[in-house]
Amino acid sequence: MSTFDTPIGRALTDRVERKGNIRLPLPGRDKLLPFLVPVAIIAVWQLASSAGWISSRIMPSPADVAVAFWSTTATGQLPHDILVSAGRAFGGLLVGGSIGFLLGIANGVSKISEQLTDTTLQMLRTIPHLAMIPLVILWFGIGEESKLFLTSLGVLFPIYLNTYHGVRNVDRDLIEMGRVYGMRSWTLFRKVIFPGALPSIFVGLRYALGIMWLTLIVSESIAASSGIGHMANNAREFMMTDIVVLALVIYAILGKLADVVARALERRALKWNPVYQK
Amino acid sequence: MTIIAHERFQGAADEFEYESDRATPGRTRAATITLRALEKSFGGNRVLRGINLHIPAGQFVAVIGKSGCGKSTLLRILMGLDEPTSGELHFENADGADAQGNARIVFQEPRLLPWLSVAKNVAVGLGDGVDKGAALGEAEAVLAEVQLVEKANEWPARLSGGQRQRVALARALVSKPGVLALDEPLGALDALTRISMQELLNRVWRELGFTAVLVTHDVSEAVHLADRVIVLEEGRIALDLAIPYPHPRRHGNPALAELEGRLLAAILGTETAQ
Repeated sequence: MSTFDTPIGRALTDRVERKGNIRLPLPGRDKLLPFLVPVAIIAVWQLASSAGWISSRIMPSPADVAVAFWSTTATGQLPHDILVSAGRAFGGLLVGGSIGFLLGIANGVSKISEQLTDTTLQMLRTIPHLAMIPLVILWFGIGEESKLFLTSLGVLFPIYLNTYHGVRNVDRDLIEMGRVYGMRSWTLFRKVIFPGALPSIFVGLRYALGIMWLTLIVSESIAASSGIGHMANNAREFMMTDIVVLALVIYAILGKLADVVARALERRALKWNPVYQK
Repeated sequence: MTIIAHERFQGAADEFEYESDRATPGRTRAATITLRALEKSFGGNRVLRGINLHIPAGQFVAVIGKSGCGKSTLLRILMGLDEPTSGELHFENADGADAQGNARIVFQEPRLLPWLSVAKNVAVGLGDGVDKGAALGEAEAVLAEVQLVEKANEWPARLSGGQRQRVALARALVSKPGVLALDEPLGALDALTRISMQELLNRVWRELGFTAVLVTHDVSEAVHLADRVIVLEEGRIALDLAIPYPHPRRHGNPALAELEGRLLAAILGTETAQ
């Protein structure tokens, strides 16, 4: 027994047991596999740049981007811009998300509230919120308000729609059970309606995170004096492609991080759901 | 019209007076249920037509009848889920106090909250004003009663159908109700699970002594569990039959089988069926 009790030994015995189903004898294979494609792309990209197939004026090499990362970090510009951008993004998520969440709950629970506001919200939802940029610049200039307004507007609707949908789809039988067992409105909300709507609210949250970054990138490129978007736009004027690409990489990492956090929260909050049980 | 209804009600009360004599000290929490000229219409459709019924404290009553005879509506009105169109409904404790809030129900589906552990689901039955630790302690005690204490910290999704229904029963019993309403609670279970659930229901009823109202399709189940079987037909009480045999009852008892035959004949309207 103990002879085979090593990672490779286990993989070998596994292979014997699963006849013909060849497995890579690597521990954590499932964790490494998703990174295979990005690493390969970067390797090919570096190779092409080093060989001179791609002009650095069109596309910098990954090494150049790494150097740009170090130099901007050393001057403190990059950490500052990241903080500014992340602050705007989550500020907008907080404001727009809260409004969307509260409206979704209110319209899911109350018929009067739904009749009063749902049609208006559905109408506003169809306007691409980025089409508001000219108006927003006229209203707020390029101050913080313009970014906060646009990201809030962007995240409001996915969170509203999914919260509303989630509340409306809570099992009526469970609500009836709660009433029979003497739950008053607040307890009923806390114990039945909110947990029942939570899976749908998380779908809205993850969708909103995507819109949040998108809105921020666009509004920072057009109307900002700081932040990652401004850094990239500024670099464009000086043909500094390495900084432009660095900005893209930072956006990708921030977006992935936000999604990872949202997923972790989801798994934790929904661990009662068989879908999230191992 | 009202006079006739009143007389009929009196008759039913006299007939079952002996039942209340059976009340023992352990049964003091059980409530008496009285319905007078109870009517329920949905639009122009009269679902219940002048129901007069007196259920003494601690009695186990089964209500049977074809689909659409009004038996589920009757139970929903008892539980306050629907309002009667007219008529009266009283729940009384032994001391004469109103006991409507002391009634609990087990639905056909378990209706457990999937995001709460089994023990916390049971604690839902205690309501809000109870200390959390004490509530979980009581919940575990009732779970032991339904032989599920080892599942106290599991998610409901991990349980079998019969186990979930036992949790639902524990949730109904944890507040020591005076009245337990059962809306076809075993209808969705397989035959063997159903028999063991019947044994369990019978045992907790004998131990806790609540008044039980069971709505069921299953005539054999009604005869096996109840002191009294009521057949509803088009919203009226067509038959009110006492089942005067001691509990627990054995499956396959010929006297019960004979009663079962009579009840089936009454429901199906074929008097000659034996």
